Amino acid sequence: MEEFVYAGDATLSRPGSNAELSAWVDYVYFRDNPAGPHSELWYHAAACRQFLKVERDTRTHVISSAELA
Amino acid sequence: MTRHFSIAALLAQAARGQKGWAPQWRTPAPKAEYDALIVGGGGHGLACAYYLARRYGLTNIAVIEKGLVGSGNVGRNTTIIRSNYLLPGNIPFYETSLKLWEGLEQDINYNAMISQRGVLNLFHSDGQRDAAVRRGNAMLLHGIDAQLLSREEVRARAPFLDFDTARFPIMGGLLQQRGGTVRHDAVAWGYARAADKLGVDILQHCELTGLRIENGAVIGAETSRGFIRARKIGLSVAGNSSRVAAMAGLRLPIESHVLTAFVSEGIKPLIDCVITFGAGHFYISQSDKGGLVFGASVDGYNSYAQRGNLPCMEETCEEAMALMPSIGRLRMLRSWGGVMDMTMDGSPIIDRTPVDGLYLNGGWCIGGFKATPAAGLCLAHLMAKDEPHPVATAYRLDRFATGQLLDETGGGTNMALH
Ligand SMILES: Cc1cc2nc3c(=O)[nH]c(=O)nc-3n(C[C@H](O)[C@H](O)[C@H](O)COP(=O)(O)OP(=O)(O)OC[C@H]3O[C@@H](n4cnc5c(N)ncnc54)[C@H](O)[C@@H]3O)c2cc1C
Ligand SMILES: [Zn+2]
Repeated sequence: MEEFVYAGDATLSRPGSNAELSAWVDYVYFRDNPAGPHSELWYHAAACRQFLKVERDTRTHVISSAELA
Repeated sequence: MTRHFSIAALLAQAARGQKGWAPQWRTPAPKAEYDALIVGGGGHGLACAYYLARRYGLTNIAVIEKGLVGSGNVGRNTTIIRSNYLLPGNIPFYETSLKLWEGLEQDINYNAMISQRGVLNLFHSDGQRDAAVRRGNAMLLHGIDAQLLSREEVRARAPFLDFDTARFPIMGGLLQQRGGTVRHDAVAWGYARAADKLGVDILQHCELTGLRIENGAVIGAETSRGFIRARKIGLSVAGNSSRVAAMAGLRLPIESHVLTAFVSEGIKPLIDCVITFGAGHFYISQSDKGGLVFGASVDGYNSYAQRGNLPCMEETCEEAMALMPSIGRLRMLRSWGGVMDMTMDGSPIIDRTPVDGLYLNGGWCIGGFKATPAAGLCLAHLMAKDEPHPVATAYRLDRFATGQLLDETGGGTNMALH
């Protein structure tokens, strides 16, 4: 296991319990998948177990910011 | 000018100092309009062009490729072909592909070094053995070859594996002898040459930059070499599927991740088939030049970088050592990455899109090389007839909304598990 574990796109927001099915389909399966800056979640699994929100460029892997999620 | 490859042509060229070979395809200027346009000169796009011309009679067509033919994943993979799938929606498709591979070299008059050396999936636990038996039986029921090997049979075939001290002892394996490897670049070149011969324009250094859509139907492509009119456009751009679909306002159930391949220095013949390690995710074979060719899983986070990172390299080498410690002193020669279009159920999409005349072939995850002939054929069928090929009816774009997912590994939306 690695120290940080990827937890996916940070721009997704979980639909409310009364949301249409299509909102759930979007949330679970569909992604913007940009080539460039990407807002994503990383889990600090092997240490403090907090989630971080990281801005990373998917073309270069350069991280421009990281904050507690 | 020699256009057909044969022993006679080879001998004639030998007598003339090999000076009479012609370029394998033309370098035409884009026409203003085509009957159909394929975006992406990888294996799939080129195969699609070939089958459109050969089987469906559409010859006023072009393939546009942003770089060079073969510079994408078709030239970056570990070259494994097989049809050892479990799910009903997958088995007939991959077997169609394997059958096409079996006749491909004669069909396109090109030596792709197709080698049915066998694919051996090892298992290391009772549960894995039961799953292998079930998969083997599903294959046999579909008329596909499958053999269950005992531990001793595996040992006789591959004595160099760790049978004595392994953390995950080898219990046996599922062998598909008709599986194997193919020289991947030759697949791209062979399809390009064969399509060109039938009149298809292969347009390299021609990048799709936009799609022109009127009244819900596509009417042409904006490219780095100008506007090209076409009422049928097939997208076949592998890791760039989301970017290109976004040009039509579409969002896909896809994330792009990088997968890395590794090659060792060349050694004498050691591994005569493809072997996969069931206690992790690792596959290895030996190229005809002698290098060991191997790989593992995607890095596990979104990437368009075409290069992997060190944790993946470490993991891959650990798996190699767990399987066959004898290669521990070998030097690694090269490694490289390719951008994979990972879908949320690990299976591909070959379907119409909500835009009329715009078709999508994508989501091939880490295993689309083996699919090259059938993906090309099925995309061609879809573009020519506007309906899915009978073996590709499960690869629908709307299955994520209808719940008819095709998840071979049960990995769900975790890309590293596909
Ligand atoms: C390391 C690695 C190992 C793999 N191992 C295997 C394996 O052993 N077995 C297996 O079955 N599969 C394997 N795969 C997967 C397989 O290689 C791919 O699924 C398959 O090659 C994808 O189809 P393609 O050949 O058409 O893709 P590509 O060759 O990637 O073709 C897509 C083309 O589209 C072009 N393109 C992109 N955007 C545009 C644009 N805007 N305009 C014009 N052109 C564009 C690209 O330049 C590219 O040439 C592996 C992949 C990798 C990276
Ligand atoms: Zn922490």
